[in-house]
Amino acid sequence: MSHGAPKERGTFGLVAEFSSAEALLEAAEKAGEAGYRETDAYTPFPVHGLSDAMRFHDIRMPWLIFCGGLCGAFTGFTLQWYTATIDYPLSVGGKPFNSLPSFFPVTFECTILFSALTAFICTFALNGLPKPYHPVFNTPGFQRATVDRFFFAIEKSDPMYDSEATRKFLEGLGALAVSEVEN
Amino acid sequence: MALTPLNDSMITGSQDYASIDNSISSMIIDQKRHTRPWFIMFTFGVMGTGLLGAAITWLLYQGVGIWGNNIPTAWAFDIVNFVWWIGIGHAGTLISAILLLLRQPWRNSINRFSEAMTIFAVMCAGMFPLLHTGRPWVAIYWLFPYPNIMGLWPQFRSPLMWDVFAVSTYFSVSLMFWFIGLVPDFATLRDQSKNKFARVLLAIACLGWRGSQRHWHRYEQAYLILAGLSTPLVLSVHSIVSFDFASSVVPGWNVTVFPPYFVAGAVFAGFAMVLTFAIPIRKLYKLEDLITMRHIDWMAKITLATGLIVAYGYTLELFYAWYSGNPNEWDMTLLRRLSGPYSWAYAALIICNIVAPQAFWFPSLRRNLTVVMIVCQFVSVGMWLERFVIIPMSLTANYLPSANRMYYPTFWDFGMFAGTIGFFIALMFLFIRFMPVINIFEVKDLLYKLLGHRDSQIALKPVEVETSVGGVH
Repeated sequence: MSHGAPKERGTFGLVAEFSSAEALLEAAEKAGEAGYRETDAYTPFPVHGLSDAMRFHDIRMPWLIFCGGLCGAFTGFTLQWYTATIDYPLSVGGKPFNSLPSFFPVTFECTILFSALTAFICTFALNGLPKPYHPVFNTPGFQRATVDRFFFAIEKSDPMYDSEATRKFLEGLGALAVSEVEN
Repeated sequence: MALTPLNDSMITGSQDYASIDNSISSMIIDQKRHTRPWFIMFTFGVMGTGLLGAAITWLLYQGVGIWGNNIPTAWAFDIVNFVWWIGIGHAGTLISAILLLLRQPWRNSINRFSEAMTIFAVMCAGMFPLLHTGRPWVAIYWLFPYPNIMGLWPQFRSPLMWDVFAVSTYFSVSLMFWFIGLVPDFATLRDQSKNKFARVLLAIACLGWRGSQRHWHRYEQAYLILAGLSTPLVLSVHSIVSFDFASSVVPGWNVTVFPPYFVAGAVFAGFAMVLTFAIPIRKLYKLEDLITMRHIDWMAKITLATGLIVAYGYTLELFYAWYSGNPNEWDMTLLRRLSGPYSWAYAALIICNIVAPQAFWFPSLRRNLTVVMIVCQFVSVGMWLERFVIIPMSLTANYLPSANRMYYPTFWDFGMFAGTIGFFIALMFLFIRFMPVINIFEVKDLLYKLLGHRDSQIALKPVEVETSVGGVH
């Protein structure tokens, strides 16, 4: 089974290259206004305001991490409560078996550990990483997307995508180059 | 002599995104940048690691009797070193997490290697309590909760158990935080590297990162939340370490000020260690434009501030000893520290931790790198002595005078401590050689912010950051 390109090499979309984050932000804003939704930007560092410009919104992550934290608190506390009161009750200096105040530190640490693990796993899971191949890597000069160039892609799946009109639109935004990229 | 005020720049020199890339990533791509000083330090580190290996092997063969620990001083160098190393790690988390939440963008240039320091320091720290159990593989059932054939569970009412959870959580979270930050930088290195083998390795390490905005969006959410989680975590770790002592009734340990005072001491020692590494590395690898005098100045100020909190802690210890009305507490905390057999350690501690850092009040001394380095060495020694004064010294004299006994460390006590220092140096120098020492994308982000989000100017030609902008607004 090959992990390379799919058998049918269709078009991924049009990718425009910009020389600065400033130009990219402006382009993303204009594309959003024009009604393009299946867009993505590729930048060397996170550019604040770009998600808003792209009309991209995703708040699953904080909620997932919150749930992870709740699981951690539950696991941490239940572990201590079960071992200290049910499975192995041991009287230490006449303290109650369910010594709630002494159980807080471990409950707290488990909450942090589980939330952090959730954050770590979800960053990669929701982003679909690891993903060794992606069509955008076929863009000429894309090596500089992690260095000093800013790319903006309008994907073919966008209902407004039209190889001629969209190319004209992107060129009008002041792109250094616009290339049609294959899958 | 009037000093010119330091300008607020956190990046100096003529810079654009590519030049930042070059100054950092060339440390990995161009291995010729590592010259004789690197080899000397690495050899030194490897020799230390060898000593550590010998110390551990002999310890496992012969048992903890090779150490100077005795009864009543059952906790000695092993616990002193554990607390010292854990403390050193704390500066890394403070820089990477707390300064992120406080929106201090100057952290961007120093967070990566302070985080590495955290991870390596916690590795060194973790060895001591584990090996103090004598045979760690037998100790697992009372350290970690797992259903064992004896039907036993750990004692969760004990601060030592809290320690196991705090330190292992701290290590795991620091490692995840570090790795998440490294992924985009590995991608940058993948795209810059000419060596095919290195490219493949880096492509695997960066998990196919392509810099997509959708990814950055979730990445930033996760990073910010991880910072928010690490902040209470780092405060809890040293608080819990201090509970090991504060919740006991040993004179000299039973003080309620321990948690905040231990946390401040940890940050104090940690910043001293960050400076100890940052100053030579920025000179050796010509990173003066990215780790500027501004950074060193601010780190020195934090060292001074936390040093003053530590001084306040010492004062409160004495106050509690008097105010508690407990004669044993008074005898241990004041009389034995001022005139007892270990009074030299207390005097040295005061000189190192309270007197020496006062140099940082003076701007001219903060800008003198030799002075900063010397003060940092004083702080490192002083913080080690602080734990020595608190831990074994308090145990040598208890409530029962007939049980009093002196503590003398052995060669293996010193050997294992020196060994962990060597191990730490070896790991740090490997890290400098094979991983980006400065967070590349965060420094680019800092440059973007310093330019007031007007980066189209650098697309034409690199700009003199120092003269064109004042600071982040």
